[in-house]
Parts: sequence; structure tokens; C-alpha cells
Amino acid sequence: MAPKLPPQLPPQNRVEQAGDASGTAGHADAGYHHGPKGLLRWLLTTNHKEIGTLYLIFSLSMFFIGGIFALVVRAELFQPGLQLVQPEFFNQMTTMHGLIMVFGAVMPGFVGLANWMIPLQIGAPDMALPRLNNFSFWLLPVAFTLLLSTLLMPGGGPNFGWTFYAPLSTTYSPPSTTFFILSLHMAGISSILGAINIIATILNLRAPGMRMMDMPLFVWTWLITAFLLIAVMPVLAGVITMMLLDINFGTSFFNAAGGGDPVMFQHIFWFFGHPEVYIMILPAFGIVSAIIPTFARKRLFGYASMVYATSSIAILSFLVWAHHMFAVGLPLVAELFFMYTTMLIAVPTGVKVFNWIATLFQGSISFETPMLFALAFVVLFSIGGFSGLMLAIAPADFQYHDTYFVVAHFHYVLVPGAVFAIMAAVYYWLPKWTGHYPNERLGRWHFWTSVVGVNLTFFPMHFSGLAGMPRRIPDYALQFADFNMASSIGALLFGTSQLLFVLMIIKCVRGGEKAPAKAWDGAVDLEWTVPSPAPLHTFETPPRFQHQEH
Amino acid sequence: MTGVQRTVTRTLVVLLAMFVFAFALVPLYDAFCRVTGINGKVENTAQALIRDSIDESRVITVQFITRGSPGLPWKLEVLDRQVRVHPGAATEVHFAFTNHGKQAGWGRAVPSVSPSEASLYMRKVTCFCFQEQRLDAGERYEAPLVFQLTRDLPDDIKTVTLVYTLYPVDDKTLAAKVLANEAPAIVVPGIAVPGGEA
Amino acid sequence: MRNLPGVVAAVGGSVWLTRSTLVHGWNMPLGVTALSRDIHGLHMTIFWICVVIGVVVFGVMFYSLFRYRRSKGAKASLFHENTKVEVIWTAVPLLILIGMALPATATLKQMYDAKDADLDVMVTGQQWRWHYEYLGEDVAFTSNLTTPRDQIDGLAAKGENYLLEVDEPLVLPVGRKVRFLLTSDDVVHSWWVPDLAVKQDAIPGFVNENWVRIETPGTYRGQCTELCGRNHGFMPVVVEAMEPEAFDSWLAERKQAAAREASGVDREWTMDELMSRGQQVYESICASCHQVDGSGSPPVFPALTNNPALIAERDRHIATVINGVAGKPMPAFSSSLSPVEIAAVITYERNAWGNDTGDSVQPSEIQARLE
Repeated sequence: MAPKLPPQLPPQNRVEQAGDASGTAGHADAGYHHGPKGLLRWLLTTNHKEIGTLYLIFSLSMFFIGGIFALVVRAELFQPGLQLVQPEFFNQMTTMHGLIMVFGAVMPGFVGLANWMIPLQIGAPDMALPRLNNFSFWLLPVAFTLLLSTLLMPGGGPNFGWTFYAPLSTTYSPPSTTFFILSLHMAGISSILGAINIIATILNLRAPGMRMMDMPLFVWTWLITAFLLIAVMPVLAGVITMMLLDINFGTSFFNAAGGGDPVMFQHIFWFFGHPEVYIMILPAFGIVSAIIPTFARKRLFGYASMVYATSSIAILSFLVWAHHMFAVGLPLVAELFFMYTTMLIAVPTGVKVFNWIATLFQGSISFETPMLFALAFVVLFSIGGFSGLMLAIAPADFQYHDTYFVVAHFHYVLVPGAVFAIMAAVYYWLPKWTGHYPNERLGRWHFWTSVVGVNLTFFPMHFSGLAGMPRRIPDYALQFADFNMASSIGALLFGTSQLLFVLMIIKCVRGGEKAPAKAWDGAVDLEWTVPSPAPLHTFETPPRFQHQEH
Repeated sequence: MTGVQRTVTRTLVVLLAMFVFAFALVPLYDAFCRVTGINGKVENTAQALIRDSIDESRVITVQFITRGSPGLPWKLEVLDRQVRVHPGAATEVHFAFTNHGKQAGWGRAVPSVSPSEASLYMRKVTCFCFQEQRLDAGERYEAPLVFQLTRDLPDDIKTVTLVYTLYPVDDKTLAAKVLANEAPAIVVPGIAVPGGEA
Repeated sequence: MRNLPGVVAAVGGSVWLTRSTLVHGWNMPLGVTALSRDIHGLHMTIFWICVVIGVVVFGVMFYSLFRYRRSKGAKASLFHENTKVEVIWTAVPLLILIGMALPATATLKQMYDAKDADLDVMVTGQQWRWHYEYLGEDVAFTSNLTTPRDQIDGLAAKGENYLLEVDEPLVLPVGRKVRFLLTSDDVVHSWWVPDLAVKQDAIPGFVNENWVRIETPGTYRGQCTELCGRNHGFMPVVVEAMEPEAFDSWLAERKQAAAREASGVDREWTMDELMSRGQQVYESICASCHQVDGSGSPPVFPALTNNPALIAERDRHIATVINGVAGKPMPAFSSSLSPVEIAAVITYERNAWGNDTGDSVQPSEIQARLE
């Protein structure tokens, strides 16, 4: 299939630009960097594109480290009995897998994309606060080196699950927990600073003429995500600070013995935790909303309703936290309230899925790799949405809660959801980053092995959960054996197929078919008006943006 | 760049407010629980008896359960394991603490009410659970609980279970309480020496 | 067919999965209470709603993908808004959800109605076992995993109820309403039996309620479902439901046994008696952390062999078993073991594995300490 046919549609947003819209590859040299060279250059860079690249490389490395931890878990669960690791280490692996994937892979992945693409999509020369940008990135390697080093400390690393429920994470935690708290603080500060930067950029540096309702949806969803980050990361900081005080200074926030309340930990944690879940999915909605119209060669259906749906999901995310706690003994009224609000989230989420499908309807569809990942996102994220709706039914949740059914649910929204969206974005924007098209053949192999792997891993988990297998156990009863073996084989397939992803990226950086400024004929946003690869400095003279009626 | 500065200032204000809010959640949650009865938390200070007529048409079974916990060689026993009371009537129940360890120490009995809604209608006039207790080695200390179930107790509540779990109080916790200016009332049998505004 | 390997893998995988779903249960069990059947009904209703929505939505999606392929010359149309359609697809899901919320609310109300119970059982989670107390009946015991370590390590064939078997199941009568009061001695646990549709967190310092009225006699198995540390996967729940008459005589027998056990305190026990009883207790209770050979797993679970402190300080050894250690996974066994059992297990620990202190601890001594 030829990905590059002559444009059929005129671009919807016209741009009159002085200077760097000429679209020649040689132009890239004009932005040559004159600062320090080598390692120091990357350490000190304040350029949004270089920082974006750093974030993406960091995210990919964490994705592999977290993935190796997941494979240790799956290898132990390949068959009943304890074969490879002991329960203590197993618990550290499940915990670290969760923490690394959430805070180290998915969140920095989206921040990296935001760094690269938001200035390009709104016609800004850089992020609003470039030096802060450098600082927020370099906090991350420090934080995660510290977090990983806890595995080597006496008593081991965190072993209480990524949700670190007190008092298992306070009174009964290993000595390394203080370092865990410190590293989470650093990762949190990094996210907060990143969010401030993104908000400041979007609100102040848009190209003249670009109104809020003209912004690409990736920018919109990131703006909303950044507000969520500002609202809930301080709450996470608060709750881990309370843990720190409980562990080291004798307070009793969560210690029943001193009049504290372990249930309060869960309330505060999930008050952060549920919006956090949407922090990991809203930018994905933005990415898919860019890719589907591009490859359907048709404008996104219901732009305004997409913006409103995203906002209502964000607002609702503050009102649903206790659906993670249906079995802790909430009073009846609370159960009912949280059941209703949770069910309500299905409405705006449904609107988004319907809009994507309406965009496909009567389009002119081609299936390049970014599109394949975006389409898989729509289907598999929806499956995760369906199991989410089942989990919302509080009486039934007493049976689903803390079983593999829940594991299946959130992996469906996070892996073929958030992670596939990041991969789709990488395939979609690689031509802009490197000036070369990604290898379609490799991309397809990567896509199909990932889709098969992901489903083989996570679909059987629905069954093992319903049949009664609790999550986070290192060994299980014999009736769950077949499902677990399937999951483990799928995990190995999914894990190894990510090597194709790395291979594809390396090949694309080193060469490949040259991409023009507008790499995909159906693409319309501002980033496609600068040359491919994008020179180090773009939009130093702001472009004039002329909006089209929505 | 004034626009950027303004945005950054505003986001920083929100940020700070949310951090403070996280800590404010602790007292807010506490207050919320006491008002709504979530979690079966009961007032941990003495409440006045409501002088009210007694509803003799209803009899409520009140069960008492006492539990020990690791690390404290104490025993808490209830001398009347179950009482049947009328809503509105005040009732006295006796508990006994024994320290069968070889050292003096501090402990505290933490109450929990089930069903949790019932905690809204449980008024404690006197309770050993209001403060930490100190017992010498081998000492036994009997303490009363005087409580009242108010008349507006919902009709569908027929049994109320009150569970006391005895926890050790270590020096670190005591020190933290002193720092927070809520020094524990020292209770030795017979004499109460408030260490602060108890 | 460039995607042949993927298709083959998918088909092969689904055939294999279908086989396993036929061999084993793959859906939520129907259970043995009226409520468990209601919950199962809700589960199946919402499942089929999702299936229908999925078929319609994905149907339109795949139709579009197929029908409007660019390679077949599809030309994109220009529409990008339609208020009427958008209102419809906001309103219809809302109505479906309301339809679903009504029966769910009714079921939830019943689940919360624990009043007028015939029997109260206090369920206490401990790292890593369950303690059951029949309130007002003077019957209490601890329920421990009995699956031998060799089966877990793959040195012996795994039994039918691998990891779901205990020394003392919770015995309950059928037809009577049983109220559970749940709490924990250490961290948060969660007590779950799928067939009874009861899952409730056991939280330190708090008491939760739940209830069940079992309809069919039988043995029902479940597990702890809240991560509670190292042996979270090794604290099963087993409930044995029997006819009310059988239950009553079981309860009476247990009361007598408790009385007999209590009378064992008064007599002098020989070293051999203490050692054999002690070994029993040790292997069912202590070995899960301190290991059968007493080697422990430091630093969390200290070794009991080659432990000079243990050999030197008999008194502290006794105190630790009785009172536990605050903030460590060592519980206070005075609440779950009888004085005889405590005396026997301490004697065993002080003389097994080459500790050879020659000390014996008499039940009367423990009893005296507890008074």
C-alpha cells in the first residue's frame, strides 16, 4: 500500500508563513545548534524538540524495564507452584511493574509527545519555560534510578502494590520505603512542572489567529490533562508525605492504633488515583483524534463535542474515586452515589467512540501503521470500557473486585489503550521527527504481533478473574492453570515483539524513504507546514493561522 | 511574557491550594465521617446525656467485643458481653484492663461500631477509649462505659456491635502527640491527670 | 495474506481457550445464595448489554473500514457534524444506564441488610491466616493453609484443592442468616468466597459487616483478595455449610473440645507430649514464615535455629509468642492459640533442630501469664 498519494483534499487550515515553511529537507541545517556538544549538549538543552526526544527515549527504556518485570511475573505464573521467584520478590516485581509503567513509561511518553508536538501544533517557537522544561526532564532519571535502586536495598524494594495501601506500606513496609517516597516526590514534581509549562505554552503562545476552539484535539486533551495533573499530583504528594510522617515521625494518619484510619488512605489515594487514570488516557484520545481523520481523509466528526466530552470526563473523574473501594465497607448511600457517577462516565466516553466511527463513515480510508494502531485502540479500548461498565455495577463488583477481571480491564485501557496510542503517535510523527517514513513492513509485523500478543495476554484474564483468581498472587489453584499459561505465552509474544518497535525506530532514524513536509496527505495541522525533519528552531516568526468554521 | 508569568502564578496558587487541600482532607474526612456515620467512628470526647423519655417499645441488643493486638501484653475484657437496652436509656457496662506483662506501658482502646450508621445514635458519656491508658506491670484496672442510644435510632437497627481493639502506644506516637500539643491525658486508676486540654 | 501468522495464532489460541473453558469454569459462579444468583443475573445482563452495543458499534466500524477503503476508490464526504445524531447517541446510552441502575440499586440494598441474624461470626484477618469466632458460643479457631510446601515447590504432585485447603474450615448452617463481622489484626485483608458472593475487606481498627444465608450444603472455597504481604496468595477461605442439626451438634462438640483443651492446662505434660503437640502446631502455624526447619527468612522472619537470643532468653521467647511484636508480622498468639498449644510450640521451638535447650514450658505457666 502506498502511504503517500497526492493530496485529495485541500488543507483545512491555511497558513501563511514567512520563512521556514518552504518544505525543503536541506533547510534543517539552518537550525544547527551552536551550544555545547556531546553529552553536555543533551544535559543542558532547552530545546523542546530535544527535550521531547529525551522524554521519549526515557519512556521507551522504562517501558522495557517495566516490561521485564512483567515478564518475571508472567514467567512465575506460567504454571502453578513456585518455580522462579519467591513471594517477596514477586510482590516487588508486581509493584515495580505498576509504578514504572504508570510513572516512568506512560506519563513521560505523553509528556515527550507534548514537548515535541504542542509547540509545532500551535505555531509556537518553543515551550513557554524552556529551562524549567530541562529541569523537569532531568528529575526523572534521578527519581527512577533511586526507585530501581531500592530493589538492591536490605529488605528489598516496595512490595505493597502500586496502590501502596496503608498500613502494609507504612507500619509493615520494608526499610526502603522512605526512598520510594522520595523518588515518587521527584517524579511528581517533574509532572507538575511539566504540566505548568504545557498550560503556560498553550494559553499564551498560540499562533496569532488561533482560538481555543481551533486547537488540534491533541493540544486540547493535553491542556485538560495538565489541569488534572495540577489538581491531583499535589494530593499524591500529600498522601506520601503523610506516609513519611507515619513511618518516621510517629504520627498516626493511617495507623488505627493511634486513632488514624487506613480507609482514609484509600480515599485520598484514589482521589488522586482516578484522575491519574484519565491523565494516562486523555492525551491518547487526542492522538487518535488526529490520526483517524488523517487516514480517513475526512474532518473529525463532532470537534466541539469531543472537547466537551473530554472536559466532562475530566470533571467526572473527581467524583468517582470510591468505585475502587466498593468492598471496603462504604455506607449504602456512598455506594449508590459512586455507582451512578461511574456509570455516567460511559456517556461522554461513548460519544468519543461514536465520533471516531462517524469520522470513518464515508471516508476514504487507508491503513498505514499509525492508522492500524489507532483503529486497534478504538476497538480494544472500547472492550476495556465495556468491562469498566461491568465493574461500575456495585453489586457485581463485589465479585469482580481485586480479581484478574480488574487486571484485564485496566490493562485493556492502558496497553492497547494508552500504549498503543503512544505507538500510533510515534509512527504518525516519526516522519516529522526524522525526515524518513517508518518501514511499513516492520510496522505491520510489529502491529500484528502486538495485537495478537496483547489479546492473548489479557483476554484470558477476564476468565481467570471471573472463575475466582485474586490479583497479585504468586501461585494459584489448579483451575486457573490454562488461562495463566495462555496469558504468559501472550506476554512473551507481546514483550519480544516490542524489539521490532525499537528496530523500526533505529532504522527510521538512520534512513528510509524521505518524507516531505506534509508526510501524510490527509494531515491538516500546523506541524505539517514545517519541513521534515523539523529543524531545531521552528516558527521563530509566528505563522498567521486562519481558522476554518467548525 | 507577562501572559506566561500570569499563567504560572495562577497555576502555582492552585498547586499550593491542592497540596494544602490534601492535608485538609484529613480533618474534613474525619468531620464528614462523624456527621454521616461512615466507618463507624464515634465521637472520641465525652458527650452529654440527652434527657429524653425512654422508648420502651423497642429493645436493642448491644454486643461488646474486645480484641488485643500484637506487641502489648495486656488484656481487655468486657464484664457484660451483651446488654439489651431501650433507646433513650443510659446504660453502664464494665470493662477490665490487665497488664500481664513485666513492664509498665501505654495502651489505647480504639472503638468501632457496626452497623456504621448506628454510630450516629451512640452517645458516650464516659469511656476509657477517650484517651491513652497507662498500666503498671501486673496491674488490673476496671473502667466503665456509660452510653446512650438516642431515640431517633432507625427502626431497622436491632443489633449494635461495639468493638474495642487495644493498641500499644509507643514513645514515638506519644512524642508526636506532645508535639501536636495534644498530650495524652494520663490515666492511672483513680486519678486522671490531664496533660493538656483532653 | 501477509497477516497469515497472526491469523493462525489467533485461531489456534481461541481453540485452545475454548477447550479450557469447557474443562473448567470460566464465568462467575451462580453460587448458593439468593443474592449470589441476583448478582450473577446482573452480571449476565450487563454483559449482554455490552455485547449488543459492541456488535452494533464495531459492526458499523468494520463496515465503514471495508466499504470506504481508499484502495477501492472511496471518496471522502465532507460532513463533520450532525446535532440530531449526537443528541441521540448521548441520550440512548443514558437511558440504558438508568435501566441498568434500577435493579443494581435493589440488589445492593439487600446486600446491606444484615439485621436479624441467627448467628454472628467474627472474622479476623491475620498475616496469613483467618481467625473465626462464633460470638457468644465460646468457640474460636484459626484456619490455616494445609497444602504441603513440597507441592508448592513442585517436589510432590499437586492435590485437587491445591492452595484452597485448610486445617479447620469455617462451619456454617444452611438456611440460617449468618452475620459476619470482619476486622484485621495487622494489614488490610479481604475475605472472599465466590459461591457465597461475599467479599468484604477486613481492616485493622474497624469492623465491617456482611451476611449470608446459604441454601445448599457443601464446601465452598475462596481466598484473601487484598494484597497483604508475602503470603497473600496462601491464605484461603474454606466454608463448610451443613444442615442446621448437624451444625448444632458440631458446635456443641466444639464447645466440649474447648472445655477439654482448657482442662489440659491443669496437669503436668511430659516432654514427649509437648514435643509432638508442639510440632503439630509449629507446622500448621509457624512454618509458613519461619520455615519447617526453623531457618526463617531474614530479615523479616528471623531464624529460630542458631539464634543465640532465642536460646538464651526463654522468658522473652514466651512473651513474643504470647504478645506478638508490634509493627511486625508476628501476631499475638494468646488470642488464637490455647495455653496448651502455646506451651507445646515454645517447648518444640526450644528443642527442635538442634536447639536442644532442654527447656520445657508447661501450659500452667502460660495460663498463669495470661491471668
